[in-house]
Amino acid sequence: MQDYSVFDIVGPIMIGPSSSHTAGAARLAKVAATIADGKIIKAEFLLHGSFAETYKGHGTDKALVAGILAMEPWDERLKDSFKLAKGEGIEIIFTPTDLGEVHPNTVKFILTKEDGSVSNITGSSIGGGNILIIDIDGQEVAFTGKYPTLLAQYRDLPGVISKLSSVLYEENINIANMRVYRNGKGKTATMALEADSIITEVVAEKIRNIKEMNSVQSINPIVEGVF
Amino acid sequence: MFASRGEELIKICNDNHIPIWEYAIREEVLLSEVSRQDVIENMRRTLHVMVDASIYAQEQPVRSISGLIGGDAYKIKLYADKGKTLTGGFLNRAMARALSSSEVNAAMGRIVACPTAGSCGILPAVILSAGEKLNNSEDELINALFTAAGVGVIIAKNATLSGAEGGCQAECGSAAAMASAAVVEMMGGTPEQAFTAAAIVIKNILGLVCDPVAGLVEVPCAKRNVAGTVSALTTADLVMSGVFSKIPFDEVIEAMNRVGRQMPVSLRETAQGGIAITPTALIFKKEIFKD
Ligand code: SF4
Repeated sequence: MQDYSVFDIVGPIMIGPSSSHTAGAARLAKVAATIADGKIIKAEFLLHGSFAETYKGHGTDKALVAGILAMEPWDERLKDSFKLAKGEGIEIIFTPTDLGEVHPNTVKFILTKEDGSVSNITGSSIGGGNILIIDIDGQEVAFTGKYPTLLAQYRDLPGVISKLSSVLYEENINIANMRVYRNGKGKTATMALEADSIITEVVAEKIRNIKEMNSVQSINPIVEGVF
Repeated sequence: MFASRGEELIKICNDNHIPIWEYAIREEVLLSEVSRQDVIENMRRTLHVMVDASIYAQEQPVRSISGLIGGDAYKIKLYADKGKTLTGGFLNRAMARALSSSEVNAAMGRIVACPTAGSCGILPAVILSAGEKLNNSEDELINALFTAAGVGVIIAKNATLSGAEGGCQAECGSAAAMASAAVVEMMGGTPEQAFTAAAIVIKNILGLVCDPVAGLVEVPCAKRNVAGTVSALTTADLVMSGVFSKIPFDEVIEAMNRVGRQMPVSLRETAQGGIAITPTALIFKKEIFKD
């Protein structure tokens, strides 16, 4: 039987109207923007299923843009996100589509950054404001961002994982869960590592210094009620 | 680990001579590994958001994003102030509070999902109205939210709190059950009486389907928050008079879970049945999603 916090039941604090279509959407976009890592100048949202059908009525569109602007799901500026994005010169495109056999509340982000590079991230809003990232640049993944998460892409050579875990050990960070995804031996691997405590930028930087690393991002869980 | 069933929770409370809210706080401290003070302060922030949302749409008419609802909390507030209501200022003010949170939610304002965004009007309206009448302190209102959450945890463990899984009985029904139990403790009722109130509320709403017009959390949701609020408040009186539920809480929740599973998908948030497919609802839907 699952255990619940009282704040799962009386909570979360959020901007309405829907935890899955609004709060979850904002959170998804915020995590996607973190993964994309860089100043976003253009955001295209491919909306699937229920997201495609009801995004206007639920404010899913505004929530997604708010997330790209790094707002939290309870930020009252969320409903003005279009205006704010325009002010920052970010181009926004919504495209209803069919992403195949995925959760009904799924969106694919195509995020173009200042340097011209593009990140493709797909995620689902799975209920109660909770999310699941399912694909990063064509690499299947599965993590929720509920716990401090370290996302690393690196050349898949022997010893990389042990170098990474020794950095965490030195920093006294306990690994709760770790998964490695890869397309083939010796190529690029993606690791999603969940930790028991916050992974600071300083720690992320140390991991970036491991020479096989291509990119490293730390995604820390949102701390509710800081507004 | 939090008790699995109502019966178990009642026994723990009785054995330790503590109310449900005290049990819920202690369990939260164990689960989250933060201090009691932090757990309580977190709930205080939650209460403040509830207060704001329950007032906002009474003071000015708000409009939902789709334009389908809004302005009703404002109307009933004015009506209540005139003092010529049938059911009295207390119930009318409670209804205004419930509508206010629901309208704020539909207008992309800040609310507390309790247990869901669709049912966010009920618990605040019930607790704040009862608290006003009973002259409760802020700390007592916070305790009431812990009682409500404690009852909600038991429902979540044995059934569901989501309309998509169990129909509106699971959302507005659970919200009202949690709220009624909380008021019973606010009034000095025992844990057993609190769960009795929750059981009676659920029995009275059993089978309610989830059928939001155009798939939006607006119609019939906002008015179901009103109905849930009234049910929670009147049931608290019923229970405090000494009335008991013939069917125990845990069995009522099992029944709710079973009924939810028996509901066709068309009546579980998909907007393919019930009120959502009435001719008028379909016209609204077309207008909202045109272009
Ligand atoms: S009708 Fe459905 S969406 Fe509306 S409040 Fe009830 S459960 Fe929630």
